[in-house]
Amino acid sequence: MRKVLLILRREFREATRRTSYILLTISIPLIAILGYGVYELIQLLEEPSSEQVDKIGFVDNTSMFHDYSSPLGLEFTSYEDEEKAKDDLLADEIMEYIVIPEDYVSTGTIIRFTMETPLGSGNDTSQETEGFLLTNLLEEQVDDEILERVEVPMVLATLSLNEDGELAGDSNEFDKFFLPLVFGVLFTFSIFFTSGFLLQSVAEEKETRVIEIILSSVSSRQLLAGKVLGLGGAGLLQVLVWLTSLRIFSQVASVNIPALEELSLPIDVLAFGILYFIAGYLLFAALLAGLGSIGSTARESQSWSAIFTLPAVAPLWLNFLIVSNPEGAFARALTLFPLTAPITAMMRIPSHSIAPWELALSLFILGVSIILSMWISAKVLRAFLLMYGKRPSVREIAKCVRQA
Amino acid sequence: MDATLVALLTALGIAILIRIAISRHKRKSDTDKDYQVSTHNLEYDTIVPPAILPTKPHTGQKTAMISNVCKSYNGKAVVNNVSFDIYEGESFGMVGPNGAGKTTTIRMMMDIVKPDSGEIYLLGEPLNEETKNLIGYLPEERGLYRKSTVTNTLTYLATLKNMETRLAKDRAQEFLSHSDMLAHKDKNIEELSKGMGQIIQFIGTILHDPQVIVLDEPFSGLDPVNSKLLKQMILDLKSQGKSVILSSHMMNEVETMCDRVLMINKGVVALYGNLAEIKSRYRNNSVLVDCDHLPKNLPGISRYTRIKDLFEITLDGTSSPQDVLSTLVTNGITVNRFEISTPSLEDIFIQVAKEGR
Repeated sequence: MRKVLLILRREFREATRRTSYILLTISIPLIAILGYGVYELIQLLEEPSSEQVDKIGFVDNTSMFHDYSSPLGLEFTSYEDEEKAKDDLLADEIMEYIVIPEDYVSTGTIIRFTMETPLGSGNDTSQETEGFLLTNLLEEQVDDEILERVEVPMVLATLSLNEDGELAGDSNEFDKFFLPLVFGVLFTFSIFFTSGFLLQSVAEEKETRVIEIILSSVSSRQLLAGKVLGLGGAGLLQVLVWLTSLRIFSQVASVNIPALEELSLPIDVLAFGILYFIAGYLLFAALLAGLGSIGSTARESQSWSAIFTLPAVAPLWLNFLIVSNPEGAFARALTLFPLTAPITAMMRIPSHSIAPWELALSLFILGVSIILSMWISAKVLRAFLLMYGKRPSVREIAKCVRQA
Repeated sequence: MDATLVALLTALGIAILIRIAISRHKRKSDTDKDYQVSTHNLEYDTIVPPAILPTKPHTGQKTAMISNVCKSYNGKAVVNNVSFDIYEGESFGMVGPNGAGKTTTIRMMMDIVKPDSGEIYLLGEPLNEETKNLIGYLPEERGLYRKSTVTNTLTYLATLKNMETRLAKDRAQEFLSHSDMLAHKDKNIEELSKGMGQIIQFIGTILHDPQVIVLDEPFSGLDPVNSKLLKQMILDLKSQGKSVILSSHMMNEVETMCDRVLMINKGVVALYGNLAEIKSRYRNNSVLVDCDHLPKNLPGISRYTRIKDLFEITLDGTSSPQDVLSTLVTNGITVNRFEISTPSLEDIFIQVAKEGR
């Protein structure tokens, strides 16, 4: 046990001292702060222009329309003739002006004059213009409430029901789509980064031949345990730094960004997230450690790691299928398949779409896979770590795995 | 026969016998006190072959016992029924060509590779996690953590052998100072020269004070200065009662440093025992003579060849070296030097390998 601890300590220390580890660990908080800075900057730049011009002129040739204020505060001001309106547009007094032709009621044609180039991003005022036209057209025909509804026909409130017909949590849209993706991406990063370290660490010890001295002091199982736990600790530390910094950041930034106020991380989501993170890490650590012992150089082993990492990140590419239908057969299958389970589960848990039986089964399958891959990996490690110069053939590896 | 000649011959014979007696005595005390004496050198300053010297009995305790171990890979036997014992305070040579099975045998002793059959005991115990701490191993394939400092590397390796960190650090300091490397203690391994790295690795092998030390090709790649330093360190270990196993395909290295040898060829034991005994067994029944000329058809001699300024005379099997000497003297040949030729370990190996074919 002491030897496992010694290896653990060394691996943890070596990993956390690596420049790439430090950079990745601080990158997420840095990106968040940078993103916030850019957001604030854009707000600052945009504010004067929105203050300056919030008027639209109109020239009414039907005599049916009068001044109007949209719910968002955009004012429609009447002009006697087009010349006056044009002058004000050129003087930046108004954003744009529209001309309502005499035959508007029969044709619906509205002519819009603007300083924007056709390809410019500009402000889309069509909704406000529609509101202006509707209000003026219906004002005399219907009462105020109906008029208000015509202007804003719906304020959408979506409630999800589970299979039993009960309300499935009160998570908002932001939690449902944004959090799963952030979770998935962050945890994937950390899992692959950390298990990649493991692969590198094993392959480097093989490449520099230190492995022979180490194996004369500890068993391959002790070596694997020490490395997996040590590097896993480094990965967990990284994730905790990210989560903590994001939490602090979202609290600080929510003063200015209202959307962040709604960003909440329920404790059960966090707990399952961490559980799947650990399980996912253990599985990939075992697989990549085995892989690390096969190649004759660290570089060679690394290039093969795609065999396991590509299927694992598949849920991220296919996130639209999972997020749009989190209870579909596809999402379920990915949750149960051990290689895709950790990331799929992390994407589904925040939306509370995983049934308890599914969660239990997924974790059980994952647990069995971890034990199996650790066992095989220790055997492969023992068989191939000392095979220098020659790369074992697929048949040799298969034989070793079979014997395990 | 002329009476004067008889008297002269007798005197010469007595002189030679006295020389033999003195040399034998000198040689015995040499082997007792200094293991570094080269048998190569001895060949030329004594007429007594090492093969007939009394062998040093083992009074020491057995430190390792390897009994009938076998290992095969993909159905091919790499080590086949190999047995040998190691005693405390001895240097033991394991020789054989590349691919003979030396490294596999060593890896089995280290518990890195499990034997298919057979038993291995270290200090009376079957191999287990504890016995790993009693053994020091310098693998043939050298290498250390490139980005670690010398002190950290040494301490880590020793603590993995169950030594306390504090003690490991102190001892590392001691060994570094002993080998004039203290100035490099905080350098990363990658900053050291290859030879220095090798010395550091050797220190890493013995830092935890192991009872049995296994050195696989320890001198390969070392310059003469580092080679001498390493030899001295090995001798020091021996004098402390440690068992040192030297594995090498460079047989002359083993010949100069070891008391007993194991010769492996194609996974089987070709020879095993006291080096001097083995040499005596493989003596090729010839003598080396330094004289001006040799007449043809001398009795008791089957043939002779010239090697530099010496004649190698092969005896015909009916006569002894003494008979040949007396024949030479009788024939009026001036003998400057006369010695019984002993084959080198390499010669013996070649002979054994041929026989085994």
